[in-house]
Amino acid sequence: MQLLEVKGIGKRFGGLQAVNGVSFGVRGGTVKALIGPNGAGKTTLFNLISGFLTPDNGTILFHNHPVQGLRPFEIAAKGMARTFQHIRLFPEMTSLENVMIGRHIHGKSGFLSAMLDLPRTRREDRDAREKALELMDFLGIAGLAGHEATSLSYGQQRLVELARGLACEPALLLLDEPAAGLNMRETAEMAFLISRIRDRGVTILIVEHDMSLVMNISDEIIVLNYGEKIADDVPLAIQKNEDVIRIYLGGDGDA
Amino acid sequence: MRSRIHRALFGLVAAVIAVQQVTAYTGSEYYLTQLTMSAYYSLVIVGLCLLMGYAGQISLGHAGFFAIGGYISAFLTTHDLSPLKDSGIVSFLSKAGLLSQRTDLYGGRLLTVQPWAACIVAILATVVIAYIVGGPVLRLKGHYLAMATLGFGTIIYRIAIGTTALGAADGLSDVPPFRLLPFLEVSGEMSDRVQNYYIAWGLVILAVLFSLNIIHSRIGRALRSIHGAEDAANAMGIDTARYKLNTFVLSAVFASVAGVFLTHYNGGIGPSEASIMKSVRYVAIVAVGGMANLWGALVMGTLLNFLSLRGYLGTYDDAVFGGILIIIMLFVPQGLLHVDVFRGLRGLVLRRPNEKET
Ligand SMILES: Nc1ncnc2c1ncn2[C@@H]1O[C@H](COP(=O)(O)OP(=O)(O)OP(=O)(O)O)[C@@H](O)[C@H]1O
Ligand SMILES: [Mg+2]
Repeated sequence: MQLLEVKGIGKRFGGLQAVNGVSFGVRGGTVKALIGPNGAGKTTLFNLISGFLTPDNGTILFHNHPVQGLRPFEIAAKGMARTFQHIRLFPEMTSLENVMIGRHIHGKSGFLSAMLDLPRTRREDRDAREKALELMDFLGIAGLAGHEATSLSYGQQRLVELARGLACEPALLLLDEPAAGLNMRETAEMAFLISRIRDRGVTILIVEHDMSLVMNISDEIIVLNYGEKIADDVPLAIQKNEDVIRIYLGGDGDA
Repeated sequence: MRSRIHRALFGLVAAVIAVQQVTAYTGSEYYLTQLTMSAYYSLVIVGLCLLMGYAGQISLGHAGFFAIGGYISAFLTTHDLSPLKDSGIVSFLSKAGLLSQRTDLYGGRLLTVQPWAACIVAILATVVIAYIVGGPVLRLKGHYLAMATLGFGTIIYRIAIGTTALGAADGLSDVPPFRLLPFLEVSGEMSDRVQNYYIAWGLVILAVLFSLNIIHSRIGRALRSIHGAEDAANAMGIDTARYKLNTFVLSAVFASVAGVFLTHYNGGIGPSEASIMKSVRYVAIVAVGGMANLWGALVMGTLLNFLSLRGYLGTYDDAVFGGILIIIMLFVPQGLLHVDVFRGLRGLVLRRPNEKET
């Protein structure tokens, strides 16, 4: 079953065709990687899927329902979470509070209920806290719960952002270069965590430059170059694909 | 967190009672008048602090909402409906118990809307106007939002000062007392001074309680996240536009309630309450208190308004607030009562020898 289906999607920025008629699917329960040289259009594709950009053409089906043109918060509420290439944590909030924000879509209490501190608000608050702590524990960062999120090390911030995404309990998690800026040990740990997240039943679409990480954890890999898809296959086939080898050895890649 | 909120509120209640007791024992009860008025201005400031400090949205039009509340309530409770006594709508209102008969200063008979009905109308009107204005305006950010809200404030000010039915430059006076309960009345009567002090501060305490509850709830976290990284908040499923708008409306309601009560307390309202300078003053006080610091805003709101009302800031009162704004923005943009500033000061004074190196 395809959880996500992207069909002929395109996006132009002025004279630049950043994404050009790209189609692919992501099967539920798998890890799919999206690779390509800098400026290939990977982040743009993520922004199109998560609603931060509206595609010029094409359709995006999530759970078999079209989601193109919906706003980011509407798509998030349908069960899609994402992280950002440049970490975006909420400053002046603890890492626990950051992760609790991920529980937002699972709460219902509004202004009035919050203002009067009604039992429902309290219950939701407690649930959010418990779930957030459980996820932080799962990622090994429970000890950082009380620290201000933006004061943490880069690697820890990446994990807080990952926990925040997981707290949404998404069906699909989009990760934009989760290992960027991490050292080798942290990268290996990230790879391990991502496969454990997949084991929890979360489908993952990941952009990553670290080839060993990508080859290790992906079920399938799409290769993007100048906005166009040039390959979409299992890792072994990608490694042997002539076009891919040319791009990556041709000097405009960085892997 | 919850117990901390309750402890802090308990402290506030104790302080309110203590101040009243002190004025009673020292025979300085005349201070209560300005303390009551300060309380109403602080109510505006608490709401604005929620909007500016927590949702991260500025409004230079909050005096407008204060004036909308005050003027609507003043107009409805002073506008004589007797000439229309036989019209369908007036007799209907009369039968519904929404009108009251009283005599004015010169002994004439007046048929006007009941204060509590006027209060409800004023607040509902504020909600509607805040939604209509806030919807489009809150799509703007930074300077653009500041200017758009300034535009709103200007419009309200021009309406207040230019409408004959609203008393033009003189404003509306002879606004009747507002009976909340059989034994509680919002009025400027000398004999009601103590109870009015408690009514005003009771409202502030309620507003602080509501605000703190919001800040520490799911909603408050969502607001702070919008403030910090709007994109990421959106990606977490937070409808940022709706949250900003709701906070804007809530803070407008706080301002409007303050306007209604202060108008009944003073027995009138004039266009200066709607002026841009008032809005700037509110913003300045939130900034001095330290943006995302409800307590700071409350303390500063009470203190500065009290000093201003007592005339301690002199004739250049407004200039003082302008100056405060410049100095705060230049030197302590996080506000005077921000924790870091306290820490810094304490560090200067209480620096222990073994801390020198670190
Ligand atoms: N909002 C925008 N406006 C104009 N051009 C943009 C915008 N966003 C991206 N681009 C351009 O589109 C192209 C694709 O950018 P994108 O960020 O999607 O690349 P990427 O594959 O994620 O690269 P990287 O590996 O460096 O993150 C680039 O040339 C970029 O400059
Ligand atoms: Mg990118």
